[in-house]
Amino acid sequence: MNIHLFLEMAADAAPDRIAIGTRATGITYGELLAMSRRAAQKMTEAPIRTVTYCGLNRPEVPVALFAASLAGKPFTPLNYRLPDADLKRLLERSAPSLTLCDADIVKRCEGVADIHLQSVDAFFAECAHRDTDAQESGAQELAESTEDIAVVLFTSGTTAEPKAAILRHSNLVNYVLSTLEFLSADESEAALISVPPYHIAGMSALLTSVYCGRRIVSLPAFDPGVWVDTVIAEGITHAMVVPTMLKRIVEVIAERNVTLPSLRALSYGGGRMPAAVIERAMDLLPEVGFVNAYGLTETSSTIAILDPASHREAKASGTPEGRRRLSSVGKPLPHLELEIRDENEAAVPAGVVGEIWVRGSQVSGEYEGRKVIRDDGWFPTNDAGWIDDEGFLFVEGRLDDVIVRGGENISPAEIEDVLITNSQIDDVAVVGLPDEEWGEKIVAAIVVNAPVCIDQLRNQVRERLRSTRVPSVFVLRETLPYNDTGKLLRRQLRQELAANISASDAAVG
Amino acid sequence: MINLIAGTRLRSAVCDMEGIVIRQPEHPAILACGGVPMVDVKNPASASAERIAQAEPNRALIGKRYVDEESGLEVLCSKQGLGGLSFDGRPLTLKQAKPLPASD
Repeated sequence: MNIHLFLEMAADAAPDRIAIGTRATGITYGELLAMSRRAAQKMTEAPIRTVTYCGLNRPEVPVALFAASLAGKPFTPLNYRLPDADLKRLLERSAPSLTLCDADIVKRCEGVADIHLQSVDAFFAECAHRDTDAQESGAQELAESTEDIAVVLFTSGTTAEPKAAILRHSNLVNYVLSTLEFLSADESEAALISVPPYHIAGMSALLTSVYCGRRIVSLPAFDPGVWVDTVIAEGITHAMVVPTMLKRIVEVIAERNVTLPSLRALSYGGGRMPAAVIERAMDLLPEVGFVNAYGLTETSSTIAILDPASHREAKASGTPEGRRRLSSVGKPLPHLELEIRDENEAAVPAGVVGEIWVRGSQVSGEYEGRKVIRDDGWFPTNDAGWIDDEGFLFVEGRLDDVIVRGGENISPAEIEDVLITNSQIDDVAVVGLPDEEWGEKIVAAIVVNAPVCIDQLRNQVRERLRSTRVPSVFVLRETLPYNDTGKLLRRQLRQELAANISASDAAVG
Repeated sequence: MINLIAGTRLRSAVCDMEGIVIRQPEHPAILACGGVPMVDVKNPASASAERIAQAEPNRALIGKRYVDEESGLEVLCSKQGLGGLSFDGRPLTLKQAKPLPASD
């Protein structure tokens, strides 16, 4: 099955429903299908392998995605925020391609061989002149092989050259079919998409919204004030954000003292959510159902969710174990298998930290030129995690970030969770740095808004966790490094801290 | 007989129901709606069968998935009509799926 089928079904069943844009000026599912067919026709005529997209979130993104699917060309959204040289490198890897760019990005892409470069506006202006009637009666046949590649996303490449993660039609179709019901949204529902197109959540939100029949409103680029304004003005019912976005949204809501009466569901993922932020968000937006969604690009988005009821139970819980669930990612989706395994790839019991492995039809586990998924379908996520005795999954970050001190595996996340509870600490990251005696030592980088007593912080970690978890060095920082989708750049931080500490005077404690 | 592969779209010959094959059956047989073989969705010729006037008790509902355990066939109802689905004479059963909260 091809993901374009979702659009055909929605256009057949609800042709006059608004698919994309504002209630006043949006385009309907019928129009979206016609636009997609016209664009697909142009794409099939060009001698290209892929369709790359380089620009902000705008209504043309879903059109280009569905058109590329119909044309049988992998859709490859690129991060326009990359430096020119890196962007060109990704364009070279995707060539020969049709490259659609925002007008101000066209110049930055010039000079790459084998790309047919066009501004998004110019491309769709040409498409608009096509004869739709001829097109529709000609009824393009879908590329039927389910193994065809639907979407290629370059991983953020914080560790090395970006990897091209491959998502096949079968992966995305199975994700959508297994998690949602066709046309289950009522006509008042609208989803606000504020993650960029090159993020897996941006792609999956388009597919799930179309399949449910939910109107899509795209925010060109994230701004917390504009986000709040748009939710109110457009009657947004569903939205997905990354943790840093929620933190800023919460600040705006508190500052303006507004409510978001239309908002029913707010999901978040793509990084660790500080407990203080989600608790504050729940206090400020008591009517909203919060969903923590955990997933990876390589798994076609979500593989585990903490649902709204579990959020409320955890927040109201009287026990530390119960409250701790607020920082869990909930339970694996029922159509998937999920296991925690040790370094010998043997499953471990509840409560033990290991690597998260997952199996299911939505899991691709595949990069250009390399398959990580095993022959039996199991995919090692490279994420560290554990499951509690009631089946709640806790993600502790990348496996490579686990600190090994004196033979003991220490998760940075559990120490960060303790330290961030201090009101003087705005942000914290814990990393391991080489140590002659212990192999690695624990270093905490903290951003503070008021003076802190380091000894007190040490005591706190010792009391809440144990003495082996106490950071040996605390470093005060102005900020911590994040990428544009809110992922902490731990590798960069580790390098900076290593340099910092060897210079020694920035270190305290 | 229509070859039922994943992605095949069909329409009822006796009502407005339309469906799409999600999983193909292990052996070929006839998929029927309202007891009459379904036709290719693009088949413009209205079937000679008489249209049904009343909803059947096992009427296929929009958005729901229907399965035949024996053959593995799974069909998604993409447009609602009046008829219920059967495969090789066996009525398809509703696949109960617990709806998940929106996550993206």
